[in-house]
Order: sequence, then structure tokens, then C-alpha cells
Amino acid sequence: MEKLAWLVPALPLVAWAVLLLLGKRLPGGGAAVGILAVAIGWVISLAILFGVIGGADPYHVSVEWAPIGASFDIPLGMTVDGLAAVMMVVVTTISLFVQIYSISYMRGDERYTLFFANLSLFTAGMLIVVLADNLLLLLFGWEIMGICSYFLIGHYWEDVANARAAVKAFLTTRVGDLGFMAGIFVFAWAARSFEIDRIIEGVTTGEISSATVTLGAALLFCGAIGKSGQFPLHTWLPDAMAGPTPVSALIHAATMVAAGVFLVARMYPVFEASGSVLNEIGILASITMLIAALLALVQDDIKRVLAYSTVSQLAYMMGALSVGGYSAGIFHLFTHAFFKALLFLAAGVIIHAVHSNNMSEMGGLARAMPVTFVTFLVGALALTGIAPLAGFWSKDEILTDAWNAGFGGAGEAATSQSVAQIVFVTGMVTAFLTALYVGRMLWLTFGAAFRGQGHPREADAGMLFPLVVLAVGAALAGFVGLGDNSIGTWIQTEELPSHGPATLNLGLIVATTAIALAGLALGTVLYRRGLPEREYLERFPLLWKTLQRKYFLDDLYEQGIVRAVVGALAPATYWFDQRVIDGVVNGAGLGTRRLARGLRYVQSGQAQWYAAALFIGVVGLAVVATRLIGN
Amino acid sequence: MPLMYPLVFAAFLFSVGVYGVLARRNAVMVLMSIELMLNAVNVNLVAFNAYLRDQLVSGQVFALFVIAVAAAEVGIGLAIVLLIFRNRETVNIDEVDLLRW
Repeated sequence: MEKLAWLVPALPLVAWAVLLLLGKRLPGGGAAVGILAVAIGWVISLAILFGVIGGADPYHVSVEWAPIGASFDIPLGMTVDGLAAVMMVVVTTISLFVQIYSISYMRGDERYTLFFANLSLFTAGMLIVVLADNLLLLLFGWEIMGICSYFLIGHYWEDVANARAAVKAFLTTRVGDLGFMAGIFVFAWAARSFEIDRIIEGVTTGEISSATVTLGAALLFCGAIGKSGQFPLHTWLPDAMAGPTPVSALIHAATMVAAGVFLVARMYPVFEASGSVLNEIGILASITMLIAALLALVQDDIKRVLAYSTVSQLAYMMGALSVGGYSAGIFHLFTHAFFKALLFLAAGVIIHAVHSNNMSEMGGLARAMPVTFVTFLVGALALTGIAPLAGFWSKDEILTDAWNAGFGGAGEAATSQSVAQIVFVTGMVTAFLTALYVGRMLWLTFGAAFRGQGHPREADAGMLFPLVVLAVGAALAGFVGLGDNSIGTWIQTEELPSHGPATLNLGLIVATTAIALAGLALGTVLYRRGLPEREYLERFPLLWKTLQRKYFLDDLYEQGIVRAVVGALAPATYWFDQRVIDGVVNGAGLGTRRLARGLRYVQSGQAQWYAAALFIGVVGLAVVATRLIGN
Repeated sequence: MPLMYPLVFAAFLFSVGVYGVLARRNAVMVLMSIELMLNAVNVNLVAFNAYLRDQLVSGQVFALFVIAVAAAEVGIGLAIVLLIFRNRETVNIDEVDLLRW
């Protein structure tokens, strides 16, 4: 079955081309083409995953793509191991249900077919990243996702704000990608190959010097910062909510932003070889999870709450990876994909029903929309980490790993103890804040009385069906992490013998559950009666202002970078291009014409003048020749 | 006979030819001057042939070739001069300057 793995990214790619060329002529806007492509991929992925569970060996195939000289070539190949199989299942599952959901959600949209085409291309890009056996191919899929993200965020580009959000997302991730590309070249230069296996081999055997490894790992992590929305490049993710809600579910919750986490996991031996980079990852992840969770507390837009929650949860995964929790990080990625996609899709149903993104115009929806309420509740509790829902198991495993690395003296992590302690403490605080903003969101959306206009009604079955399926996934996905043959053993590789699944610690389970329940309880106390007249945090004006302005990061980027670029650098470049570059080109043409205008009078038509010039020339040459040869 | 004599003679002949080509206005005279230059070359060829005592007498053979080519060239040249005279009633090459800017 793993020999068919190449079909999984290839089919959506074909679907994309078909949709672009013929999509509008197909019945139903061609949505079925995209769904069929990803459904086949889904079946193949599941079969491959079951093969891995049954103990299948990693499968690797590679063809020569672009040979450069005798010793260096760029291969085109794929690695189908446990990590890839798990990621393939996540991506195809989410993509499949998001597309089914989109049939109803996007009905009547002007660019319906284009939307499905972009979803297919995006899915293909993510699957290329997942399967790539070399960094260049990985970058290829990475950039496909970048451009698809731009297209999809700007789907409603008639509104300038959406177009701006699309540009912001594209450019912000591009900042990280620059470092990513530099990192790829560092490793390609050091290992004389783009192949991930060979790079990892070079790092583990010590063939590549540790300074090079640290530099390359730090640069690679820049790419992950950009794509996975980590501080300080997280600012694009909340703005990316300008896209249609299914896009938010697919791209900005479950798959694309997970690419950064996946990259770190795929190159994990490299990061592990450089403890200092792991420390940086731990610190940045701690900052990110905390500030994003705080921001989620003060948002009115329900999608923004979920967006900040995504940023915060991605930081959880990064934090897990930084403390040696390789399997915990991927486990959380797996469970998070289910419940976050579910939450976004449910939020889309709500937004459809009340015609607003703002929670101040929601409330009391539990009675009007029972199915949405129940599924949303499952997703929200899974996010909070209430047993036995998905988030509980993975979050606990992360915190256990952080505890062991920070306080347990397990000594298996390359991170320093103090960083692991920071990750653990912020992880606990974030768990509380998560429960608090989830409680706030639940009560503001579903509790108390309806504050908006009109009469919200439940969505049709086409939108509810994916919700129910994903709710079942969000409830049960956590169980893949239990037992002897769990997700931790599936994604095990030879290079990572020491990172098995952590054994759960009963004391920690009690502590995290207590914290989650405390957060939910506080949220209930504060928001039980709906939206308070004045938000509680407004009593602390400085904090309130800071949170409202998103820690002034956007202002900083706007004033410091955007203004400098737009105000000075862009005009200067324009001037340089118009005057200097174009000046040289035009000057070459103009100068030739001027010169020709003067020189043409030499062509007098007097044959004897020509003969005289010829004679003088020959005599001159003869003199030079005799001088040279004579001596 | 020393080699010097025919070489000086050929150089003189060649210079006369160059002067004729550059200075004369009459196209026929220019053609004749070209013949002088060619003959100067012939003198050189024969002189060196004798000086080097070449068994294959290649200098003389080449001189014969030059004479044949010169005859053909003069034939074409005079034909062109004739046509120019028919069209423009002049063989003054100062006035034949159509190929100019």
C-alpha cells in the first residue's frame, strides 16, 4: 500500500488542474472532483497507517531529478514512515470533511469552483511537505501552501481589509521562509545533499560540525516560526481569519500551521543535536502560548478567539518538542487537528446563523442550535483538556514530559532544566487561561439570552454531518495515545530511540484536571449572565490597552518596518530602478544612436577615401608587425 | 644580379600604382594604376623565385595566376566603367558617390 503513497498528493494536484480548466462546466461547480481526490487519498492514508500500526517498515523511494555534476544531485522522493502516515491521515481527514462542509457553506459563492481548486492545491502542498524525503521538495510544498494561503485568505478580496490580511499573511510567513531557505542551504552545503536522511546521518555521526548544526537548526526554526505562528511572527494568524471559515479550519487550525511543528519533528535529531536551539524553541514557545492565551481572553470575534487559541496550542506542541517530547508534540498535533477543525467549522455554522462574527451579537444559541452546541461543546472541552476527550491525553503527555525534563531529572532531553521548568510552568498557566477563555466563549455564544438580530436556525445536514464526524474524532482521538502500540510507537524511528511515549503521572493528571475545571468555573462565574457591561479586565487600563493593541506588536511592525519599507525603501528602490537600471539600458540605446549620428559622415561614398584609409591601415599594421617581429 | 634591384624597382612601381589609385579622378586611370600594383607584386614573385632557386618555380607559377586574374578583373572593371559612363556621362569617380549616408 505504501507504494501508492505518491497518489495521495498527486490526486489533489490533478483535481486542482481539472477544477481550474473544466471546473465551471462540471455539475455542482466541480466540488465532487476535489472531494473524490482527497477521499481516495484518505483511504490510502488510512491503509498505510494501519500498515504502520501492524509494524510495516518505513518505505523510501527516490528518483534522480536534477543532477548537478557528478557528486551532487537533487532527488525527488518520498519517505513513508510512521510520522508521515500519521500526518497524511490528519491532513486528508480534515481536508475531506472541510470540503464536504464547504459544499453547503460556500453555496452561491461567486468563486465557488476556484475555492475548491485552491483547497485541493493546498491539500496537495501539505501532503508534499509530509511525504518529502528532501528539503528542497519540502520547501516546494511549503511554498505552495504559502501561496494558497494567500489566495484563500483573500478569497473575498473585494473588501480591502481581506486583501490586506492576505498580503500580511504572505509577507509575514515569507520573513520566516527566508531563514528556512538559508537553513536548507546550510545543511545542503554541509551534508552535500538535500536528503533529510543524509543530513540527519551527517549530524548524528558528527560529520557536520556542531556550530554548523546550531546555525542551520536556528535558521530552519525561523521557517517554523513563520508558518506555525510563533512569537514574534504570530501576528498574521489572527488576521488570516478574514478568509472563509472552512479555510480557517483547514489552513489556520489543522494543517498548514502544523507544518512548522512537523518540520521540527521531521528534523528532530538535528534539533536535538543542538541543545541551544531547543532552548530557544522552549523559550519562544513559552512566550507564545502565554501571550496568545491572554489575547484570546479579550477578543469579541469568535474566530479570533479560536485563532489565538491555535497560536497558543501550536506553542504547546513546540514546547513539547523542546523538552524532548517528540511523540507528545505530534500526538497533540494529531488531537488538536480534530478538535480545532471542529471548533472552526462549528463557529462557521454559528456565523452563518447569526450573520456576525462577534460574540457580543450571539448568546443563547444552545436552544436554537442543539447539534452545533453539542459538537462545539465536545471540541471546546477537548481543547480545555477534560478527560477523556482528545486534548486531555495529549496535553497531559506534554506537561508530563516537561515535568520530567524540568523536575524529574529524567536527563533524556537535550534542553536545559531551567527551560523545561519554564515550559512546564507556562504550560500550566496556559492550561488555566485556555479553560478560562473557552468558558467565556461557551457562555457568550450559547449561554444567557440572544443579543443579535433575527432568529438563528440550525444549519442543514451537509454542514452538520462533518461536525458530528469530527466531534466523534475529537472525543476519541486521544485513545490512539494509550496502550503499548500507541501513536508514540508508530512515529518512532531508529534515530530517536529514547523518545517513547511518557508514562502518565497520576498527580499531574489530577493537577491539570483541577486547573482546567477551575478555569471553566471562573469563566462560568464571570460570563454566566452573558456579556458584562464592562469587561473585567478593563479595570486594569494598562493591561486592557496592551491586550487590545495586541502588545503593540502590530503597531511596532507597522511603524518600524512597514512604514520604513513603504515610505523610504520602496520609493528609493523605485527611483533606483527607474533612473539607474532603466537609465543604463536606455542610455546604451541613446548613446549608440548619438554616436552613429556623428560617425555616419565617415561613409562619404568617395571610394578613394576608403582606399586611402585602407592603405594607411595596412601601412600602420605593417609598421606594428615589423616592430614586434623584428625585435 | 643582386636581389635589391628588382625589389627597389617593384617598390617604386607599387608606389606609383598607389598614387594613381588614390589621386587620379579618371576611373580608367585608377584601373590602370591597380594593374601597376599587381605587376609590382609579379616582379617581387619572380625575383624571389630566382633568388631562392626554387625547384618547383612556384613564384613564376603564381605570377602567371596573377596575370590571368588581373586580366579578368580589368575586363569586369572596364565593363563597369562603361556602364557608369552610359548612365551618367562621366567617368570621374569623385562624382560617383551614391553609396553614402
